[in-house]
Amino acid sequence: MIEVRELTKSYGPTLAVNQVSFDAHAGEVVGFIGPNGAGKTTTMRILTCYLTADAGTATVAGFDVLEHPIDVRKNVGYLPESAPLYADMGVVEYLKFMSEIREIPKSQRKERLRTVVDICGLEGVIQKDIGELSKGFRQRVGLAQSLIHDPPILILDEPTSGLDPTQTIEIRNLIKDIGQEKLVLFSTHILPEVSATCSRILMINRGQIVANGTLEDLINQVRSDEIFQVTIRSTEQDEIPKILREIDGITGVTPVKIDNGIVRYEITSVQEGYDASDAIFKAAVNNRWDLVELRQEFIDLENIFLHFTTGHSSGTSPKRELHEDNDSTEEE
Amino acid sequence: MQNINSIFKKEFRSYFNSPIAYIFITFFLGISSWLFFQTFFFTNQAEMRSFFGYMPWIFLFFIPAVTMKLWAEEKKMGTAEILMTLPIRDYEVVIGKFLASFGLLAVTTLFSLCIPISVALLGDPDGGTIVCGYLGLLLMGGAYLAIGLFASTLTENQIIAFILGISVCFALLIIGTDYVLFNTADWLFPIFSYLGLGVHYSSILRGVIDSRDIIYYLTIIGFFLYLSTLMVESRKWR
Repeated sequence: MIEVRELTKSYGPTLAVNQVSFDAHAGEVVGFIGPNGAGKTTTMRILTCYLTADAGTATVAGFDVLEHPIDVRKNVGYLPESAPLYADMGVVEYLKFMSEIREIPKSQRKERLRTVVDICGLEGVIQKDIGELSKGFRQRVGLAQSLIHDPPILILDEPTSGLDPTQTIEIRNLIKDIGQEKLVLFSTHILPEVSATCSRILMINRGQIVANGTLEDLINQVRSDEIFQVTIRSTEQDEIPKILREIDGITGVTPVKIDNGIVRYEITSVQEGYDASDAIFKAAVNNRWDLVELRQEFIDLENIFLHFTTGHSSGTSPKRELHEDNDSTEEE
Repeated sequence: MQNINSIFKKEFRSYFNSPIAYIFITFFLGISSWLFFQTFFFTNQAEMRSFFGYMPWIFLFFIPAVTMKLWAEEKKMGTAEILMTLPIRDYEVVIGKFLASFGLLAVTTLFSLCIPISVALLGDPDGGTIVCGYLGLLLMGGAYLAIGLFASTLTENQIIAFILGISVCFALLIIGTDYVLFNTADWLFPIFSYLGLGVHYSSILRGVIDSRDIIYYLTIIGFFLYLSTLMVESRKWR
């Protein structure tokens, strides 16, 4: 439903989007992730015909964005970042205005209005002006606006930013529901959101797509070995690496933190169908080491993200807090 | 057409949802009535020449105030991004917004009819010139509105839009005044006297409706609406 080929757009000397190509189909929830300024918003604006690309083509719902912008827009529901709405309009007035422009037949307008109010949980604020609403409700009105014509494609720019945790979960579930039969393309820089919602991940950095696939695909691309963090208390620390290395399947033992008889080792083992934790545990018991910690390190989205955006191998670095600002608790 | 209508309704309502419309109508009527009645009883003539005479100058400050928010606010608040990704064409939005501001002007003009009514009650004015005056008022007002709308597409700051609007209107207004006309190069004279915003208005005020005057105002309106559309579209390539 969305086909993007070598899309390029620059603002003056800054290259915002560089040769981006991807496909997306109905029934997919595609998470568009990347650091701030990576080109997510620009790409979305091109897809919604708000901006024109310098080069490359994009087809949305079968229509070229340059040649048939009106047809493209008819098939797309779009919620820009931070849900810009007319503060002086009432919620219902606004949604009615949208359904008029969206050319929903008069007979169905009430029905559609009721549906989106229901879906987005707006019952409580129907009477209010948009300017009186909190950020979270404004976001929902924005979402309602993008859904009102029941579009086959939904493009949402950071739909959960500024929401409290409950609202965030609600919106995520909503996105998942809609994604059952439609195409949802949404951007975020909050990583856990992607694993919670998306069927596919598009990772963009400095205007280029650096990864494209399901979470599993990406994990497999990144990881080569299993990694364990093992902390052992023992008086014979010198012996430990030697003994551990002799265990079948373990490929590397590196002490990472030494502290007064307690040492943490990072142990790598071969990946496929082998669980080294058993063997490590047995070795500890046999040698009477005090096993303080034995933990397998999972490769999560943060690591993948780091891997693709900085080129650093992921697993060996201790977990880093990457979700810069999970600004979910603000306001409300 | 349907889209223009939707935009028109939204914008027109937005004037009346906010204090803008009420303040505009009140002050416009207040100031113009005061200026008019100030000399009306003194001259003791049942005519509205002075009322219409003030209008190019009153419009100069009032009209850009009406149009300044039309685009500047959309850009500042980011609402343009939703608006311009709806299945409507840029020119439809431009025309819808223009018509909404024109609607406000028309409503205001309607209220000002109490002036000719009072004049008619007190004396026996020439109905023809008053009708012509109102026609000229609306045409010239439309031209001011189109210029103000264009100024609003140039910036996201309403104050700048306001001042730009005044400046462009002022420039177009003074080139048609006698002072400028008689102090300018000969070859510029016909151009300036044709382009001057108030020139055609004065000729309509004399009670003669010449199609050239009407065409002039419609051309100015069309030209600035076209420029506005270009400016709105230019977001795509910048």
